[in-house]
Amino acid sequence: MRRELNRRLSALGETIVELVIKMCGWSAIVFVFAIFFFIFREGAPALFGTLDIKEFITSANWRPESTIRPQFGILALLAGTASVTALAMVISVPAGFGAAIFVSEFCGRRTREVLKVVIEFLAAIPSVVWGFIGYMILNPVIIWVTGVPIGVNVLNGGIILALMSVPIIMSMGEDALKAVPDTYREAALALGASRWQVIYRVLMPAAKNGLLAAALLGIGRAIGETMAVLMATGHSVQIPHSVFDPVRTLTATIAAELGETVQGGLHYRVLFVIGTVLMLISLIINVTADLIVRGTEGRQST
Amino acid sequence: MTSQTDLGAGRVEPGGRAVITGRADGDGADLFTAGPIERRKRLVERLVYVALLLTTAVLVVPLVAILGFLVVKAWPVLSWSFLVDNPKHYMTAGGLWAPLVGTFDIVLLSLAIAAPVGVLAGIYLNEYARETLLTRVVNLAVVNLAGVPSIVHGLFGVGVFVLVAGFGRSIVAASCTLAVMTLPVIIASTKEALAAVPFTFREACWNLGASRWQTIRAIVLPNAISGILTGVILQVSRAAGETAPILFTGAVFYVSVADHGPGSFFPYGLRDPFMALSYHLFTLTTQVTGVSEPLQYGTAVILVGLVLAVNTASIGLRAWLRSRRKW
Amino acid sequence: MIPNMDALTTIWITVAFAASVTVSDACSNAKPGALGSFQGQSARPIIRITGSDTMVNLVQAWAENYTEVRPTVSVQVAGGGSGVGIAGLIDGTLDIAAASREMKGDERQRASVRNGAEPKEFTVALDALAVYVHKDNPLNVLSIEDLAEIYGEQGWIVKWSQLGVRNVACAGDQIIRVGRQNSSGTYAYFRDVVLGSTREYRMGSIDQSGSKDVVALISRTPCALGYSGIAFVTAGVKALKLSTRRGEPSVTPSSVTVIDRSYPLARPLYLYTAREPTGPVKTFLDWVLAREGQQIVRDLGFVPVPRPDR
Repeated sequence: MRRELNRRLSALGETIVELVIKMCGWSAIVFVFAIFFFIFREGAPALFGTLDIKEFITSANWRPESTIRPQFGILALLAGTASVTALAMVISVPAGFGAAIFVSEFCGRRTREVLKVVIEFLAAIPSVVWGFIGYMILNPVIIWVTGVPIGVNVLNGGIILALMSVPIIMSMGEDALKAVPDTYREAALALGASRWQVIYRVLMPAAKNGLLAAALLGIGRAIGETMAVLMATGHSVQIPHSVFDPVRTLTATIAAELGETVQGGLHYRVLFVIGTVLMLISLIINVTADLIVRGTEGRQST
Repeated sequence: MTSQTDLGAGRVEPGGRAVITGRADGDGADLFTAGPIERRKRLVERLVYVALLLTTAVLVVPLVAILGFLVVKAWPVLSWSFLVDNPKHYMTAGGLWAPLVGTFDIVLLSLAIAAPVGVLAGIYLNEYARETLLTRVVNLAVVNLAGVPSIVHGLFGVGVFVLVAGFGRSIVAASCTLAVMTLPVIIASTKEALAAVPFTFREACWNLGASRWQTIRAIVLPNAISGILTGVILQVSRAAGETAPILFTGAVFYVSVADHGPGSFFPYGLRDPFMALSYHLFTLTTQVTGVSEPLQYGTAVILVGLVLAVNTASIGLRAWLRSRRKW
Repeated sequence: MIPNMDALTTIWITVAFAASVTVSDACSNAKPGALGSFQGQSARPIIRITGSDTMVNLVQAWAENYTEVRPTVSVQVAGGGSGVGIAGLIDGTLDIAAASREMKGDERQRASVRNGAEPKEFTVALDALAVYVHKDNPLNVLSIEDLAEIYGEQGWIVKWSQLGVRNVACAGDQIIRVGRQNSSGTYAYFRDVVLGSTREYRMGSIDQSGSKDVVALISRTPCALGYSGIAFVTAGVKALKLSTRRGEPSVTPSSVTVIDRSYPLARPLYLYTAREPTGPVKTFLDWVLAREGQQIVRDLGFVPVPRPDR
């Protein structure tokens, strides 16, 4: 009798637990979609209504609070994001790949553990601290080394973003290289290749999908960064003509201007449209990286 | 044995030495001495090794140098009173107590929301949900949400928690925003940790007649706990360091906080705005006049130290739990 | 050795306990009695002031000193720019908006519609908006006309030599314009007074988020020119004497020239409330306008309000 009751109770408990788990699962799903939906919805009235799309995309005049005629051209902001990200990638992709190759192929177990911890620390540094470093330390260094008048510019932001994206590129690149079966390495070595030849001619082509995905995720991180670029790129809404020009990125614009907008006003909604653009870019990058990696997994089961 | 026994690629000389002749450059080097091609290969390899070593050094050395520089410049200010005093004298002197408490509060609250929901959701997605199109889309959405720029999370927080839900700029709004930000990564790392547990463990349990939840509770979860905990703790350090999500959802320039007594430990009500360490660093750098450099560097050092301490705890925990793993 | 399952339970219990302690104590604290915005009893009155970055240090100084006068009242200060403060006033999310510019007609209208009463304006300090250059810059005098040509759209002044100076420290001779972001009241004030109501800023200036940043940047950049409150002056910069038109006598920014309005960029600094202030907010405002509050104004480098103005 008692045993029967116990069994019934535990069965009931089980059901409750499973129900709670299912609810959590579904609520998380709801949140995940809610963000996409909400950001889009807040910006939609501007996007489909009062915003001049052509001006939005092609004009570099960003004057949202003008008393004469508000202008919402984001071309200069796009150029800012693009230039800083491009510079960051030029630095961080080779560096990240180099470090990944070094850690996975060349160094001993001890060094590998130490390096991985160091890289993890690098990844953990908060973005506002990176902005602080760019603003307080790198700024005078750039002025001193190159003699340009302003040290907060594309170069400063690019270096800081590179240091921030390298951990992602390195760790994902290392995963990609590790995923290449050892048989590839052994076969190449048996044919008399040196270690570098093994890497260059065999491993990298085999891991190229994973490496590409790593680079893409690094780009995604750089595009989405806010506080570091807010402090290190110099806040100038213009299309840069050299790496020494200050710029403003899309993310920094939202951070700088969201507070002043009145809820529901045009400026407010246009900032949400910019948020939608950012989300779209990161969506495309993530989906592409995901598809690329998934394509590899299928092929490498041989 | 003739003096010129042809072995195809080489010959054996009188005295027994084997000589390789089938090389493109025909230099006739013996089997164990390096020829020009081999020498060049080794040189290239050595160069590459040095190049890659330098690349990695370029990453490691600046990190160490920068952190060292931060500590050196912050040295005059670092002391116990720096941590427990409130900012004083127009925020140009004093310590970090009010921002520290604020950061602590929002991180704890956001973790209390996100960790249970995230872990349970991860369990659901990995153990219960069938492989349908919906779950594939959900997985994709979770991965994407993890990559969303932090300022977009701030936008979402402002729109939903501050305005629609009516919390205003408050601890609650900021914590909810941080919870939504950390949720997808907790889900993803939980799923990964669960997936790492060999399927045979589950099969063995089912064969013994255990239900799904019993299997999870008794076998799967305990074995996946190291990965789950690591993921959660890493999100703690991320939540403590992020500024963009709390920029408009609750962090403010200054709140007067009691210096002593119980009021100083719980100064912020749920619906009060608060000071936070990450935002404090931002305002000290860009808005407050007359702040001495050591004070600014000191704030940066404390923030970095806090984050690195949490990360070290996570690494240590991971190593300890992994050493107790049974497979 | 903690068995695996109990580790999990222990951790959840600890987190839940800590969270509930925090939450329950937080709940036992006052519900925010931002008067006028959140209805309800407040055990501890809270005054929320948000807005002008020019004023944020001043407001924070008031808040810090006011705590000693009235320990029970908590004053919460946030910056973001005059636009942020006024937007918050309209939305009803704060008690006092600090602004370095006047509220515009349509903003007052929106506020009165949303809050059911006309916003009240208090002049709490005066400020000279100084035009700064690097301390080694030979330029000393500038006219508002020339300023408009430097900052305005399609203005023709882009080099230091066009102003008649040889800025030796500046290699490329270009004038680097430093200003503020468009949420700033200073930005709006400068535009209205210097550029006039029909001219826009030229794009490509360096738009700093804080008044302090402007001065910091100029002190490091010999080619730079920028505007910021006189209270933010440092040793690395100097404030120019301004005249209204080219060739007219120029005026140095100082308390005297601000009060008698002979300095062209003398401006009042305001605190706005959504309606006629009562209770703790009124007491705070009275204190700000009294001797103690105005002494703090002087300490921070602004100009106290002359008595008849109050």
